[in-house]
Amino acid sequence: MQWETVIGLEIHAQLSSQSKIFSGSAIAFGAEPNTQANAVDLGMPGVLPVLNKAVLAMAVKFGLATGAQIGRTSVFARKNYFYPDLPKGYQISQMDLPIVGPGEVEITLEDGSSKIVRLTRAHLEEDAGKSLHEDYSGMSGIDLNRAGTPLLEIVSEPDMRSAKEAVAYARTIHSLVRYIGICDGNMQEGSFRCDANVSVRLKGEEEYGTRTEIKNVNSFRFLERAINFEVERQIDVLEAGKSVVQETRLYDADLDETRSMRSKEEANDYRYFPDPDLLPVVIDDAFIDSLRSTLPELPAARRARFISELGLSAEDAGTLTADRELADYFEAAMCGGKVKAKLAANWVIVELTGRLNKENLSLADSPVDAGALGQLLQRISDNTISGKIAKQVFDAMWAGEGSADEIIEAKGLVQITDTSAIEAMCDEVIAANPSQVEQYRGGKDKLLGFFVGQVMKASGGKANPAQLNEILRKKLQG
Amino acid sequence: MTLGIDDVKAIAHLARIAIDEETLPTHVKNLSSVLALADQLKATDTDGVEPMAHPLDAVQRLRDDVVTESDQREKFQSIAPAVQDGLYLVPKVVE
Repeated sequence: MQWETVIGLEIHAQLSSQSKIFSGSAIAFGAEPNTQANAVDLGMPGVLPVLNKAVLAMAVKFGLATGAQIGRTSVFARKNYFYPDLPKGYQISQMDLPIVGPGEVEITLEDGSSKIVRLTRAHLEEDAGKSLHEDYSGMSGIDLNRAGTPLLEIVSEPDMRSAKEAVAYARTIHSLVRYIGICDGNMQEGSFRCDANVSVRLKGEEEYGTRTEIKNVNSFRFLERAINFEVERQIDVLEAGKSVVQETRLYDADLDETRSMRSKEEANDYRYFPDPDLLPVVIDDAFIDSLRSTLPELPAARRARFISELGLSAEDAGTLTADRELADYFEAAMCGGKVKAKLAANWVIVELTGRLNKENLSLADSPVDAGALGQLLQRISDNTISGKIAKQVFDAMWAGEGSADEIIEAKGLVQITDTSAIEAMCDEVIAANPSQVEQYRGGKDKLLGFFVGQVMKASGGKANPAQLNEILRKKLQG
Repeated sequence: MTLGIDDVKAIAHLARIAIDEETLPTHVKNLSSVLALADQLKATDTDGVEPMAHPLDAVQRLRDDVVTESDQREKFQSIAPAVQDGLYLVPKVVE
């Protein structure tokens, strides 16, 4: 039987505000337990929530970036359930009239093709606290610092047909929220969380199969693995003649499997109703226009520009634009066009990123900034140094030995382009290796590499490689 | 719409309200009459009437994104039944 996978994602993006969505408490990560949980967050009697303007603005920016309808009037609702880390007994969320209506994003798949994923909606809500189940005198511990942290829940249509598509979509949203500066995207700290709704159906079938929801996925790699596991499990269930139970399942990364969350077996009935503590939120054109003007060039547009105007490959353009800081760094390293795009792209993607990964540093911590790298690349472009020597200079820059020009000067690394000097070195090497010369002339062309290597060594790596090749070839022909 | 005994039990459970078996029929009757009133309201012709999201003719005020609260954990925890290491303690939650 041919099965088709159907996936929709719910993404919770924690918004990068200073204070909570409905109170003036701080939301710094890693604070001592309950030191950022105050009267409103604890649900003390008599308190009133007041909406954070910056949080509203971030939601609107997301709507603008996805071409969505912005809800001119949106309403907050109470989602009622009991859990110890939810002090009020309800979560303030949105049901009817969310802040962001239907929109869409374009995702790029591994084979370079693209696909539109429709967004159902995006709404604002508050996060709950954290329950710690380690043994506290036989009890559970509750930290309410996270209670009231602003979240944007982004809901997609069930438009994805494989785990890879789901990951491509999640990455696209991840990149987008960081581009527009509304979420730091840190998955380890829980700032960006994905829940996947997964079902399977026979190919050609119109109706969707029964779905399960996978929670607790905190990396893109695990998202792909969790979905793949769940798809296999559902197919096994169906092929055994049984039916899939609609339920919430947790992904266990250690065992690489999903399993049923017992506590959610009971049908959820959240009894939503409009929160009487909050008035309808009305947004006017001026507010929307002021936000539209703050939007940067979005990743998809930037990627297209890198390909069409700078001549980069789709792969390089995709790598560079996935992260706004990396794309900014790359553009700055081109020094206003003095460095060719392809050269800058190679250095940023291979040398810089490779080095950062190796030393587990983020781009912001790079000891070599874009201007400094740009200067180095200009020295390659104007033939002052070869690409090989440039790597040596880069290492010295990384170690804090100074700018590219200072290092080239101090270490005497300027490329030798004086033809007569290169000729002299070639003559010496040829004279010192008569048998290899004989073999070369006898037809062993591969030996050219040996001679190039010898002369390069003699020059301390400084001979201009193109000139060297040409001169050697001529001289060896005799 | 009329409720049955099981509906009322389910509602009570969702609201975490303990109800005596013998008072159940009274609750069934009372809640059903509330729903009857809602049905009566629903029967009203509201064509052309805009839905009211809130009884006050006002819109939500917004606050600036500024941290205005300071740490008052000690005060809040002084009225909590059980705390440890800065955490509020609750009966064990089993996942």
